[in-house]
Amino acid sequence: HQVLRVKTKNEEEVKQLQLLESLEHLELDFWINPSAPALPVDVRIPAGSVQSVKAFLESQGIEYSILIEDLQDVLDKERQDMAESAQRQRSTGSFDFSAYHTLDDINAELDHLASEYSFVEKIQIGESYEKRPLYVLKFSTGGSNRPAIWLDAGIHSREWVTQASALWIANKIASDYGTDESITSLLDKMDLFLLPVANPDGFVYTHTLNRMWRKTRSKIPGSVCIGVDPNRNWDAGFGGPGASSNPCSESYHGPRANSEVEVKSVVDFIKNHGNFKAFLTLHSYSQLLMYPYGYKCTRPDDYAELESLGRAAASSIRSLYGTTFQVGTICNTIYQASGGSIDWSYDNGIKYSFAFELRDTGRYGFLLPANQIVPAAKETWLGLKKIMEHVRDKSS
Amino acid sequence: RAMELPPGHFPAARAAAVAVEYLRYLRGGPGSGLRLRELQRARRQDIDDVGHKYYLELELEDVLDKDRTVSCTAEVLYHLGSTTSAPDVQLTVQGELRSTEEADKEFYNRIRSLEKELVAENIPDSHGNVPPELEPIHLLAWVASGYVIWQNSTENTKFHLAQVKHVKQVKRNDEDLQFDFVLLLHEMVSQEVLPWEVTLLWHPQRGARVPQSRAAGAGS
Repeated sequence: HQVLRVKTKNEEEVKQLQLLESLEHLELDFWINPSAPALPVDVRIPAGSVQSVKAFLESQGIEYSILIEDLQDVLDKERQDMAESAQRQRSTGSFDFSAYHTLDDINAELDHLASEYSFVEKIQIGESYEKRPLYVLKFSTGGSNRPAIWLDAGIHSREWVTQASALWIANKIASDYGTDESITSLLDKMDLFLLPVANPDGFVYTHTLNRMWRKTRSKIPGSVCIGVDPNRNWDAGFGGPGASSNPCSESYHGPRANSEVEVKSVVDFIKNHGNFKAFLTLHSYSQLLMYPYGYKCTRPDDYAELESLGRAAASSIRSLYGTTFQVGTICNTIYQASGGSIDWSYDNGIKYSFAFELRDTGRYGFLLPANQIVPAAKETWLGLKKIMEHVRDKSS
Repeated sequence: RAMELPPGHFPAARAAAVAVEYLRYLRGGPGSGLRLRELQRARRQDIDDVGHKYYLELELEDVLDKDRTVSCTAEVLYHLGSTTSAPDVQLTVQGELRSTEEADKEFYNRIRSLEKELVAENIPDSHGNVPPELEPIHLLAWVASGYVIWQNSTENTKFHLAQVKHVKQVKRNDEDLQFDFVLLLHEMVSQEVLPWEVTLLWHPQRGARVPQSRAAGAGS
């Protein structure tokens, strides 16, 4: 692949580029879309289309330069780094929780956990837009449809510390059952369902082509832009303030609520189960611990309890490394945002609905160094545990 | 009269971010990593026909020397109805910021003596790595993005530098160092990651200047 920077001189040239953009068989990926003559356009071109695109540009007299000679080299180096890390793991026989992993490696670790622990089962709750399985780890020590806790990560694919933390947390829970009093009493009464990669298509895209991809990868009828913000797509104040109706926007809510299969699969699973008591979701970054609502700026009925529990959880988080999380409703703490998952779960009777924004506060943002994964996971786990213990106590 | 604001709520947090970005532009450099440790207090005053003014008490730290903190008071005035003029920021730093004279001089000499102009990409990389020799460039990118963020902030935005996509040194006949950046700015409210082309001039004594900056168009 090559990445070209195209410098258009006039409107006519912009139109030519927009024409090029519409030719789907070329599979062009515009990192910066053609919009106005003065602004350069960056486009990634698959190897097979490079020659014809260059020929087209030259025949139209459109200036371009090579931004990234061989994207493959850059990607290969990264993949090499990750392969080396995987190699380290295979030779020691264990999963390196302090590194970032590919989807395949994550799925392999889910299989490993399920095979090693009798009370851990890997189930598939659906498929992504590009037909990747949505795998959930079910932690259950018995009973029949026990009251349950939901935990998901990676609904926004670029938030890599969340999928990575979810893996660490899964391993922590599995390995500490039977020895840790809190986890043992929790799993003796309740089931836990953990979805570590809620948006696998987006996640793969962040590994291969655009580390900053947030949304799903669904095609939007009538638009050249791809993807829906999966956390604006839930049926809670859908389409209201704090979500965009523009398909090219990072907060595009989608054509209708639950249009995204990644969202619908979770909704259906939770509704069919019928006995969830808590809905917890991991995002990054900003270090926030939030409860409903986001779609409206009024307090939920359970405000006092949720605020108090949130503070207790934030306090637990802080006890480990001094990391401070702000606590509050979504609308007060970060922004008004409609169609969010915890608003949906709360309005559907799941009282203990919390959204975490993990480390950091902007120094690295989405690109959190791998050596912070385990500290982030450890402190977050303390906060989650505090909430889960409360839910357990209230559910018995 | 000024209204007390909860520091954990977003209006105060956004104003504090602007103040810190402005300070980074004014006082940042290749050896300086100023960031907000804590927003301790915030008040807001709505001034008729002028705009909204935030009074802030901040605790700052340097990422390169986390044991030390410095207090700062700031006033951030967002102009009424304006999306084209930058907020006015006034800052008073109580006490001393860490001296970076040595580090600045060393960096300056190192870059000036390069035979080939420095070029780099993806700082940090996908895994958050920054090679140690590129950390000063990363910190200069904070200075450049500090300027752009300050200039483009409103009460409805909160920007952070997401990544240095590309940086190219441009050798000059005068004494300034010049770096042409392509910076990815993450805007928290819209969640957009926006590419910006920014030219930064820097000199150890004279500090930073941004003669040119422009948004590079919508991302895919």
